[in-house]
Amino acid sequence: MAAVTNSWATKGGPGVVAIAFWALLALLPFGERFVAEGSFDYYLFMGQAMLINAIAILGLNLLIGFNGQISLGHSAFFAVGAYTAAILMNFAGWPYWATLPIAAIVCFVAGYLFGFPALKLEGHYLALATFTLAIAVPQLLKYKPIGKWTGGVGGLLLDKPEAPEWTGLGQDQFLYYLCLIVSILSFWAVRNLLRGRGGRAMMAIRDHAMAAGTMGIDTARYKTVTFGISAGITGISGALSAITVAFVAPDSFTLQLAVSFLVGLVVGGIASLPGCLIGGAFIVLIQNSSQSISDWMKSTFSLRYDVPAWAIYGVLLIALMYFMPRGIMGGIEAVFQRLTTRRERQP
Amino acid sequence: MKLTRRSVLAGASIAILSGRAHAAGKYSPGASDTEIKIGQTMPYSGNASAYGVAGRNQAAYFRMLNETQGGINGRKINFISLDDGYSPPKTVELTRQLVERDQVLIDFYPLGTQCNTAIQKYLNQKKVPQLFVASGASKWGKPKEFPWTIGWQPDYHTEGVIYAKHLKANVKDPKIAILRQNDDMGNDYLDGFYEGLGEDGKKLIVADATYEVTDPTVDSQILQLRNSGANTFFNVTTPKFAAQAIKKVAEIGWKPNHYLVAVAASLGAVIRPAGFDNAQGIITSQFLKDVTDPRWDNDEDVKVWRKFMADWNPTANVMEGSNVSSYVVIKGLEHVLRKCGDDLTRENIMRQAASIKDLELPLMLPGIKVNTSPTNFYPINQLRMAKLEGEHWVVFGETMSRDAV
Repeated sequence: MAAVTNSWATKGGPGVVAIAFWALLALLPFGERFVAEGSFDYYLFMGQAMLINAIAILGLNLLIGFNGQISLGHSAFFAVGAYTAAILMNFAGWPYWATLPIAAIVCFVAGYLFGFPALKLEGHYLALATFTLAIAVPQLLKYKPIGKWTGGVGGLLLDKPEAPEWTGLGQDQFLYYLCLIVSILSFWAVRNLLRGRGGRAMMAIRDHAMAAGTMGIDTARYKTVTFGISAGITGISGALSAITVAFVAPDSFTLQLAVSFLVGLVVGGIASLPGCLIGGAFIVLIQNSSQSISDWMKSTFSLRYDVPAWAIYGVLLIALMYFMPRGIMGGIEAVFQRLTTRRERQP
Repeated sequence: MKLTRRSVLAGASIAILSGRAHAAGKYSPGASDTEIKIGQTMPYSGNASAYGVAGRNQAAYFRMLNETQGGINGRKINFISLDDGYSPPKTVELTRQLVERDQVLIDFYPLGTQCNTAIQKYLNQKKVPQLFVASGASKWGKPKEFPWTIGWQPDYHTEGVIYAKHLKANVKDPKIAILRQNDDMGNDYLDGFYEGLGEDGKKLIVADATYEVTDPTVDSQILQLRNSGANTFFNVTTPKFAAQAIKKVAEIGWKPNHYLVAVAASLGAVIRPAGFDNAQGIITSQFLKDVTDPRWDNDEDVKVWRKFMADWNPTANVMEGSNVSSYVVIKGLEHVLRKCGDDLTRENIMRQAASIKDLELPLMLPGIKVNTSPTNFYPINQLRMAKLEGEHWVVFGETMSRDAV
């Protein structure tokens, strides 16, 4: 499985494609004139959400796809990142951009520390251990002694950053570019990491931990550090989410969020970097479109009862997994491969 | 073209005289001669999905209005109620979708304290009415800071005031013990309770115990409260803990004057599990009729409501309180929209919502009235006391409110 998808991450081939793609994303805010008045800011806001999810999935992918450790608890690191940013902005008066590296560091440390007990656990057991993180963190955020800082159940309301005047951008345009720049930096960093010695070691551990150990790779160190980096990247996305939504509360970081990251990862394609972007977009789009499909079915067939949107979501997911078992990116690559091999056979 | 006062007047009178009121309509985005677009966010999935009942019932009501009466003032209602899963970031996203993409006229009865907090600033910036917020927190009535946000139900603070007033008037030499949930709700109730007790009220409180939502039981807190020698028990809990507390109080033979907050006064979810025998004489407060009570069987409003439920929302569980409260608030909205007539601008909707006088709505208890003004954004701030007798709450005494002593 991984052999196919690794090519995107490790070989030099699609670099031009990637640059073109990012450039296209950067041009999106100029598409305003093609959309009905007033709603464009909303689409940009959705774009922000997609990029934020993509970064979170990138962090998760590093852990699951490239290092073979399963986590069901990345919503916890997302929450820690979001609260780090919120608390620094709210109580210390920090500018929004300065909170991003701090969120990354705090989450790196948290993830690194959690990586130690995780060493003893593998596969399903690790999944269960991380699962407890996802359950515990929202509760801990409500914990009274730290309630002064976290705002308890009520959460913290933030001021949404305005675009600096010299940019001449609207608020949503500006925040979109903020998310885009952070995404590009994160993807670039992960790509470089994976191409280097460290990346090869991570993947060797995933493919066969004992063999990797025999070859002189310090598996314990690589596993804990990978956990830390993974958590750090997800923490950055959490901080971005706090900045763009301008509100954090414990109920924002439920287990459902952790599961949706995992769904995005699997749908996009495990161990695929472009897959992270697809997964991020998928999470945002599919929930909204299953609601619209539900409404459409109700009005078209004049049904008296609602079609449950989550059932439609489930059916879509099953169908997708049936036709593209390696995720959308895996599916695209399979098609691409078939096309190129056929061409080669022709005389 | 130059507009003189005369030409404007002439134009206006022609518009009025032509009799086609529609032609003179003034509209904000989301309203037109034929349609009123109303948005809402509701938890249909997730932790709080039980509350989703309200949104489904309101969708059924608007369907009924559209099909039997052609909507309101000749305009069909286009009701867009979206599932936010009780997650604030999702609420923000969907609210932006409603306002910017779907262009709704108002955000009606969005549910959840945190979810509403997350969108309050945004809606006020955009000047979109956040009309009749579905939350009991006391922060929705601040017209100076948030002129586009207005609450609906009696808030926790008001309720706390009312218990304190009743207690001061009826309990001799009160020694009060409080059990409260350690969160915003508990604090809101407590603030109101202190306000109602007055200056030297704090001296009357002999014990004040808290618990966390995550605690397994409140047994030890109850023992601690009884040992304080209190003769009055103010029970500020959510359903699960209320049932535990009522049971434990009876078990240890403590017989205080027991005040139970309305949040936890559900017969099905609290009193029955705690045992009706254990709960006799407990006092709470209400503003809606208890439709499960046979006493109201012949009440005209209850009959109409039951028929509506049977015809338009047959799969709903009529025992669920949300089916009543969501129906009452929609009657309030209907009143506001009818009052607006053909001036369906967001400004006028807020103006009408802030000038309701002594409005009585179906299924509210006799004596409860909706009142608002430009400075009062708490539409319902009256309650009536009720005591558990047998298997039902029995309403007694005068209508109580926050202002009147």
